[in-house]
Amino acid sequence: MATVSLRNLTKAYGKTRVLHGLNLEIGDGEFVVFVGPSGCGKSTTLRMIAGLEEVSGGEISIGGQVVNHLEPKDRDIAMVFQNYAIYPHMTVRKNIGFGLRRAKMPKADKEKRIEEVGAMLSMTEYLDRKPAQLSGGQRQRVAIGRAMVRDPAVFLFDEPLSNLDAQLRSQMRLEIKKLHQRVNTTIIFVTHDQVEAMTMADRIVIMKDGHIQQVGTPAEVFHKPANIFVAQFIGAPSMNLLEGRAKGQGVEVAGRKIARATGVAEGAAVTVGIRPDDLLVTEEAGSFEGRITVLEPLGSETLAYVDIGGQEVVARADGRNPPALGAVVQLSVAPENLHLFGADGKAIR
Amino acid sequence: MSEVKASANSLMQARVAKGPRDPWAVLRWTLLAMGAIVMVMPIIYMLSASIKYPFEMYDLNIIPKEPTFENYTYVLSDGRFLRWFGNSFLIATLTTISAVFFDALVGYALCKFQFRGRTFVFIAILSTLMIPTEMLVIPWYLMSKTFGWLDSYWGIMFPGVMTAFGTFLMKQFFETVPDDFLEAARIDGLNEFQIWWSVALPLVTPALSALAIFVFLGNWTAFLWPLIVTNSQDLYTLPVGLTTFSVEQAVEWELIMTGAALATIPTLIVFLLFQRYIIRGVAMAGLKG
Ligand SMILES: Nc1ncnc2c1ncn2[C@@H]1O[C@H](COP(=O)(O)OP(=O)(O)OP(=O)(O)O)[C@@H](O)[C@H]1O
Ligand SMILES: [Mg+2]
Repeated sequence: MATVSLRNLTKAYGKTRVLHGLNLEIGDGEFVVFVGPSGCGKSTTLRMIAGLEEVSGGEISIGGQVVNHLEPKDRDIAMVFQNYAIYPHMTVRKNIGFGLRRAKMPKADKEKRIEEVGAMLSMTEYLDRKPAQLSGGQRQRVAIGRAMVRDPAVFLFDEPLSNLDAQLRSQMRLEIKKLHQRVNTTIIFVTHDQVEAMTMADRIVIMKDGHIQQVGTPAEVFHKPANIFVAQFIGAPSMNLLEGRAKGQGVEVAGRKIARATGVAEGAAVTVGIRPDDLLVTEEAGSFEGRITVLEPLGSETLAYVDIGGQEVVARADGRNPPALGAVVQLSVAPENLHLFGADGKAIR
Repeated sequence: MSEVKASANSLMQARVAKGPRDPWAVLRWTLLAMGAIVMVMPIIYMLSASIKYPFEMYDLNIIPKEPTFENYTYVLSDGRFLRWFGNSFLIATLTTISAVFFDALVGYALCKFQFRGRTFVFIAILSTLMIPTEMLVIPWYLMSKTFGWLDSYWGIMFPGVMTAFGTFLMKQFFETVPDDFLEAARIDGLNEFQIWWSVALPLVTPALSALAIFVFLGNWTAFLWPLIVTNSQDLYTLPVGLTTFSVEQAVEWELIMTGAALATIPTLIVFLLFQRYIIRGVAMAGLKG
């Protein structure tokens, strides 16, 4: 177990700069998930922590020790790759035991440790099989086993679940989370799937174009997104964004004053974000009025796409008695559920 | 059971029925048969000649009237033959081990490491492929003379201890090995040589086997260079030695054919030994399914 800290970490490939000064403190035993769109630099960051990529600038330390110039094997980390990378010519037992080659312990103890890890991943009966005889999920478990067996200070995962089907993915998600609760090792997990991030993380790091956008608990990034990017990236369906303008002591959207906002210059552009979950189709007079263009029944509720004065928003309606297509409806939102963003995209608090 | 039989029957009928209706099939089979005959005839003739007495040598019958194994006893009891066989075997084996080892090592480095001059080295190696052996024997000879390698095992072997073709082949095959395997091993604490040896090499066994067969056969049948570089009979390789059967008194074809028949045995063994590794494509099995 160990803390990990990134200080002003940068990475450039030749002239192309892909990371622009990351700062992050990861606590001992914390489960941190890096999430962001493709190409934002998640893998690069992880690989730099692992020592597979050189650091262009800044500092990485693990357990308080600067590791910039340490070989991967001397960093006390283990990594699980997206495509598993378990050795096809070795049995599961050999694969798992591979990480113990350098460990100075008696052979019997190694065997015992392999059995232990195998049992923890419910792979006991497969220990003598070759990877070709395993399913995708089992292979992934072998890869995790190989990482676990050494009892490293930090686990690094690079999109380990993206090759699994949806059902297996949610099952493995749970297993990795349980594993973390049991071994309590610091975990850094990379994914581009925000559901994975929300469900597993103690803290989420949201990245875009080589910059950290926000670091926070799942609740924080969901309820208090730091900027428009985070607001849209986290949560499905995506947050509605409406263009408004500061007027008086509030914000006016589609001709209606809907929120209070202080400290915003009169007449400045303000973006109002409302999660579809917070925007309800009601009978009574609400904040907006609009016509329903599309209905998406989801069972317990129905998503209604509503056109309000030329801007389309997604709202939540009852699943049993959905409104009719083309109907003109009222939409209501509680004031505390409004997210306001300034012209620079940053949240106004 | 009867169902199986029935389906087998109908399968055969289908085949028979299909035959005459498809004129291309006739052409295809004729061409294949001709090819097979052209390939197999010399081998059959060689085997048949090796069990003939000299008086029957120039009859073209395949099954001799009086078959004999005397040629074999003669050849196998002749010390020279065994010596040449041994020479060839030693040289071909050592060159194969060396060539496969170094070709794989260099191919791996050229494929998986970034270093200055990498492309230049690769192109330089490739360009040697375009020079035929016949042109190389002169510089080889001059080199051997200068270094005193003439008429020695090392003199016979040195041109083949590493091959440009093998390096190229291995480089191409290592391209199919995902870097993740190597990085996982790096994290697991292997040094670069161990990664190559215990992770990368096992993933390209089909290529290694193909290369091993190729190099072994090439060296086993090599004639020109061993002929030029050796003087003493004791150092002759089998192909060189076999020709001297004919120069001594008269041409003793039955003995040459017997020697040649015996010479095919190691190549068969090598092929049988390695070909199963070629067929098994292992490289991708450890990745996502
Ligand atoms: N070897 C390289 N040379 C040049 N640019 C690179 C190299 N490797 C990565 N990049 C660039 O660095 C950026 C970040 O890549 P990275 O692999 O970290 O993205 P990612 O966030 O992991 O994306 P994904 O979700 O697709 O895996 C990308 O724009 C990519 O093009
Ligand atoms: Mg990535």
